[in-house]
Amino acid sequence: MFDKLDQIFVTALHWLVSFLPEAWRPLASSLICIAFILSVFPAVFSITTIFERKGIGRIQNRYGPNRVGIPFTKIRLAGFGQFIPDGVKMLTKEDIVPRAADKVVHFLAPVVMLIPVLLAYAVLPFGKNMTVTDYDAGLLFFFAVGGAVELSVFMAGWSSRNKYSLLGAMRAIAQMVSYEITLILSAVTVVMVVGSLNLNEIVAHQNQYTYGIAHWFVFTPWGLVGFILFFIASLAESNRTPFDLPEAESEIIAGYFTEYSGFKFALFFLGEYLGMFAIIGLGITLFLGGWSSPISFLAWIPSYVWFFTKLMAIVFIFIWIRATLPRLRMDQLMNFAWKFMLPLALMNILVVGIWHYMAADWQRWLVCSAIIFGAYVVLGRGLMHNQKLGKRIYRYAE
Amino acid sequence: MLGEQIIKGLAVTAKNFFGSYVSKERLTTVQYPEEHLAQKENTRQFPFLVYDGDDWEKGLRCVACQICEKECPPKCIYIVKSKDKKPDYKGQPQLYPLTFDIDISVCMSCQICVEVCPFESIKMDTKFELSTDDRFSGLLLTKDKLAKSNRYYQKMHPQDAAESDAVIAAEKAKAAVEAKAKSDAQAKANAAAAAATVPISALAPTPSPPAPAAN
Repeated sequence: MFDKLDQIFVTALHWLVSFLPEAWRPLASSLICIAFILSVFPAVFSITTIFERKGIGRIQNRYGPNRVGIPFTKIRLAGFGQFIPDGVKMLTKEDIVPRAADKVVHFLAPVVMLIPVLLAYAVLPFGKNMTVTDYDAGLLFFFAVGGAVELSVFMAGWSSRNKYSLLGAMRAIAQMVSYEITLILSAVTVVMVVGSLNLNEIVAHQNQYTYGIAHWFVFTPWGLVGFILFFIASLAESNRTPFDLPEAESEIIAGYFTEYSGFKFALFFLGEYLGMFAIIGLGITLFLGGWSSPISFLAWIPSYVWFFTKLMAIVFIFIWIRATLPRLRMDQLMNFAWKFMLPLALMNILVVGIWHYMAADWQRWLVCSAIIFGAYVVLGRGLMHNQKLGKRIYRYAE
Repeated sequence: MLGEQIIKGLAVTAKNFFGSYVSKERLTTVQYPEEHLAQKENTRQFPFLVYDGDDWEKGLRCVACQICEKECPPKCIYIVKSKDKKPDYKGQPQLYPLTFDIDISVCMSCQICVEVCPFESIKMDTKFELSTDDRFSGLLLTKDKLAKSNRYYQKMHPQDAAESDAVIAAEKAKAAVEAKAKSDAQAKANAAAAAATVPISALAPTPSPPAPAAN
């Protein structure tokens, strides 16, 4: 019964495809999968925008949007209808292209942004047997297409012929390139343990239980550190606060999409959020057991429910962090990436090696945790070494 | 250690998040169209014309002296004087405004008209929800829209209204005293005229009443 519920989408797909002649089936099946991704993730995006606005409102002791409900009635749905007028507003706005802009590149940038982001979903396992392409080099593919986002960001910044756009694009490139290294190195640990780049195999490796608790990698010392590194790097990759320097509103208006309006702006916005979901999805797959349940007796809950629950939980943490931390300065951002994140990620790879070759008992836990903790403290001290924190002293004023 | 303060910060925001659902005092937002904040005593938006009694056309205090029109910095007041006269609150015959328009799209709420008015007839209103779909005639307030009763003013600005009422009462009292003095003098003169011989009084012009003492 629960198995059937778990596989309902897979069976539905097979049933739909079975009406077609044999030769057409692979094509039809991919088209249906594409339609699924194109409908589900933008829907999650629209729900996330309203959750974000309401959540940040609550954190700042406001209500957030609480008016829009069903039109022509008094039903307000606590403001959860807000995303519809937001979307309509976005799509009906005038599309302005600066006179000096490189029109072709300016037009292509949002498209180039969205395509790699959507391609990245092709290898993510959303549930049991629910991967669009069961690709052996899935992880590599994900990072390869993810790298193309930087191109579109620079296209947007360069073609706008606006100093703020260009500054934003330069910042974005510097930030994304720096943090992508940590992102990939923290993911490498998982590949070392599993011995495969296939995301389905990575999930299958974590979908085992000892004493009813899953073998998620986040429950190991190296996995926890890897997950935290991956999490911070994914914050930076998706340009979220405190790493929102590329679009810092108070400094450079909107960064690389300063000169975008209307539908193109909406595409950038959508691309940014879809990129965030993709990278969170990858983080879940690598460290949080993908679609598997944390405790064995909860395994009857459908796998896709687990996946999207974890996704929304991480999105909520992203929102929480956005409402908590102020934006970093450029030098702080770079110091953090190169002097703290990267050495710690390298140490983590070493620790995974030790973990692999030591006998599976409590000593392994102790040694690995000690190395990681020591590295964390030392690197943290090094990062804070020249920082003079405290009350600001004015030399001339006062 | 690195990250300690971040955890503390996250705890603060989490406390605010859950606290906003538990205690209403945290939420300082006022749900505006349904709820209103109490206005301050001296709130002022746009001017209005005060009238006494129940009939606004009869009781309008304005005498169309046009001082406010001349003093208005953005020139948003337009007054047309009447040809005839009507008795004012003192019983004196006075002009009245045939037209009194205030363009509140021009008005800057400076209150100068209120300060210069010698007749306590123009005061500041607290109404601010004046949005309209007609930006020309909808924002041009005519005499009938401007006229508001003194009772409304007393309710809205009790302190200012009491002061204004005191000024008017003092003026009325003074006018009454003067009128009494005038009528007394008139009566005296009449009596004197009656006492004089008829032929002389018939030839002589009627003695003019003595000028009011304090004028």
